[in-house]
Amino acid sequence: MADTPLMTEHEEGLQHQFVDMEQQRNAASLGMWLFLATEIMFFGGMFLAYLVYRYWYYPEFAAGSRSIDIVLGTVNTAVLICSSLTVALGVKAAQLGKRKTLVTLLLITILLGLAFLAIKGIEWYDKFEEHHVPGRSFSAQDLIEKYPQIHIDPAPTQIYFSLYFAMTGLHALHMIIGVGIFAFLTYHAWKGRYTPEYHTPIEIGGLYWHFVDIVWIYLFPLLYLIDRKPLK
Amino acid sequence: MPEHIISSKLYIGIWATLMCLTVITASVAFIDLGPLNTVVALVIATLKALLVVLFFMHVKYTSEKLTKMVIVAAIFWLLILLFLSLADYSTRGVIHAGMS
Amino acid sequence: MATATITAEREHYLNTDYGIRSWLLTTDHKRIALLYLALITVFFFIGGFFALLIRLELLTPAGDLVQADTYNKLFSMHGQVMIFFFLIPSIPAVLGNFLVPMMVGAKDLAFPRINLLSWYLLVLSAGIMLYCIITGGVDTGWTFYTPFSTAFSNTHVIEAGVSIFIAGFSSILTGLNFVVTIHRMRAPGLTWSRLPLFIWSIYATSIIQLLGTPVLAITLLLVVFERAFGLGIFDPARGGDPLLFQHLFWFYSHPAVYIMILPSMGVVSEIIPCFSRKRVFGYSAVALASIAIAVFGFLVWAHHMFVAGISLYSAMIFSMLSYSVAVPSAIKVFNWTATMYKGSIRFSTPMLYAMGFIGLFTIGGLTGLFLAALGIDVHVTDTYFVVAHFHYIMVGGAVMGYLGGLHFWWPKISGRLYPEWLGKFAALTVFLGFNLTFFPQFILGYLGMPRRYWQYPPEFQVLNVLSTAGSTILAVGYVLPMIYFLWSMRYGKIADPNPWGAAGLEWKTQSPPPTSNFDETPEVTWEAYNYDEIPAPEEVPVG
Repeated sequence: MADTPLMTEHEEGLQHQFVDMEQQRNAASLGMWLFLATEIMFFGGMFLAYLVYRYWYYPEFAAGSRSIDIVLGTVNTAVLICSSLTVALGVKAAQLGKRKTLVTLLLITILLGLAFLAIKGIEWYDKFEEHHVPGRSFSAQDLIEKYPQIHIDPAPTQIYFSLYFAMTGLHALHMIIGVGIFAFLTYHAWKGRYTPEYHTPIEIGGLYWHFVDIVWIYLFPLLYLIDRKPLK
Repeated sequence: MPEHIISSKLYIGIWATLMCLTVITASVAFIDLGPLNTVVALVIATLKALLVVLFFMHVKYTSEKLTKMVIVAAIFWLLILLFLSLADYSTRGVIHAGMS
Repeated sequence: MATATITAEREHYLNTDYGIRSWLLTTDHKRIALLYLALITVFFFIGGFFALLIRLELLTPAGDLVQADTYNKLFSMHGQVMIFFFLIPSIPAVLGNFLVPMMVGAKDLAFPRINLLSWYLLVLSAGIMLYCIITGGVDTGWTFYTPFSTAFSNTHVIEAGVSIFIAGFSSILTGLNFVVTIHRMRAPGLTWSRLPLFIWSIYATSIIQLLGTPVLAITLLLVVFERAFGLGIFDPARGGDPLLFQHLFWFYSHPAVYIMILPSMGVVSEIIPCFSRKRVFGYSAVALASIAIAVFGFLVWAHHMFVAGISLYSAMIFSMLSYSVAVPSAIKVFNWTATMYKGSIRFSTPMLYAMGFIGLFTIGGLTGLFLAALGIDVHVTDTYFVVAHFHYIMVGGAVMGYLGGLHFWWPKISGRLYPEWLGKFAALTVFLGFNLTFFPQFILGYLGMPRRYWQYPPEFQVLNVLSTAGSTILAVGYVLPMIYFLWSMRYGKIADPNPWGAAGLEWKTQSPPPTSNFDETPEVTWEAYNYDEIPAPEEVPVG
């Protein structure tokens, strides 16, 4: 390697700072994993807030949890799991050079992502209607009346919903970014840019998508399943 | 990055497992297990996350030790944040001489 | 001295392309480093301006220069500007960007375009911060404690929060770039144990940037949401816990101080062996100590909250952990000293800064242990003792390390030598001015003068006057290098590739380096700091 000239004959898509495609691929992969590590800490701050207030205000958290739609939440979880499948199959299609399959799978992924966002939108709208959005028009009165068995204070209930909107909102923002990334990938895949030798963007885009799925895998039980036991 | 290509059947099997676990976790929530409800929910969530990480994200098949180190480090750091903070929250209000 | 290098004709990274577009659209890590240098120098002087106003107000016991509210804004903006727009970027974004690829034998960082994006993010965030300053700043302290910042302050908290949120991403991306570069792009033969200790320090710093900054980001976001939408998660009147904010805030902001000091330690680890003509004593210990500081630094944050209302048991745990984090720092100080022992010492300007660093950092670090002791902390927390402690580390430590590094690598960066006598004079001015400014503050704090107060009892005036006098001397010491560095770019003596006879790959290439750093990819077969093989330069380089 001592006499490696600086100007290598350029492999297609090899950036100048890298020695070869393998180094470039490994760098991209490590870069994405490190970025996902930062995302774990980013969401982690909100998980701490959730932990502390669930510990302090369990009854209010239980009531708030009951008030969000478990069916829609479960469906959304299933939607994301399906989208992770299409992403994984998409990476495989890229590895095998199957352009049309890749494009189809990427498109389905986008559709599933949009479906998730639509359902999330419906859920948020319901919360808006029920005056559960934190702020001036917040009211926990309906929950206090609906669940007399649970001792509910209004202020901590607002904390539950603040965290609900912050966590699902930030997650939805990441989904939107993900859909944008996948639109970009779909376009380039359709143009034939990805081959068995070079499909790193598909792989690292996939890593990002799976991560967003994993965040939801935790948000679902934490927000929706706090306490669904039948009340006496 | 994976050297070998994973079979579609395996992917679909993982997908099916994830769907089943989702249904299970939603259903179990309606059964009264006391404090175990939370434990079960988190265990199932962690199982699902593991399946996604190991198979969909190819971590089981990578030869890169660094990838696994990054994941472990991130989780460890999150646990530092959570547990050391809880060290404060879980011991407040404990009566002792001097400070309240 | 052989100064026949025809810098005027030879192509290098500075003259390879002219025009503003070639700078604003560059992906060359060396040019990006200089872009950062310009940006943070401007903000250093803005932050310094706020500091001078603070010191002017404190000349007299009465609050007679500015109003109390204005004073609150002065120390808040001083802190925010200095920390987020000077200290955090400083060495990583300037020296790190310039040197990391060269020290590992690479042509550039792993992600050059992301590197440029990092700079633009800092520019954007700086613009928002400037807007915030011009429209009156914030008065919450750089620490944004709730519920004052979320519910009661009438200042531009949201803008400041958004600004720092964006600056955080600049920091995260820089750290990401460094970690990937160091892992994946080392030259053949350059094993981890042959890396310069500066690289180990930058690596440790980058880990902190990656894992800590996101928590600051989410915390600031929650503060912005709370203020904008009236959430109540940090408001005790609505069931929230102000200490939750503090836990989240300090989880980043304590490791942040290690972001600020570790790179400086790395610089010192490069300067000391060069000007002692000796290998670093205990290379492995110093390298591992850097990693240990990064890890342990995450375990101590609540020592900022001892009197805030955390439980006594957690306070004891955090106190104990805070003692442990001093150990790796102490190991470094011992090893630097042992490196100098029986070395052939040369007191060039970089060495003066490095030696100043060791002394002042030691004082700052030891006073940190005073603060880590619960009993003493109850007495001196929120007094000038704390202010003196962190300025000894941040200014006596980090800034001196930064200046030492700038002087050490200036010939490489610019191809010129600065005037050595002026360099020495400025270094001594900084050292004297610094101690006169901040040592009285230890005494003031111990005697009970609170921090962030704009007036004080008359018995504290003498020490305050000394402190203000020191700050003017310090200011002179800081302005001088700016002047002579700029002067040297045009009129300075042309520098050799290796004027100091230093070890390290960066010295094996031209001064200034070509755009692709090396003519050939180097292959490393020697250990770090092989000063037994490198001859000392015959003459001391003078500019």
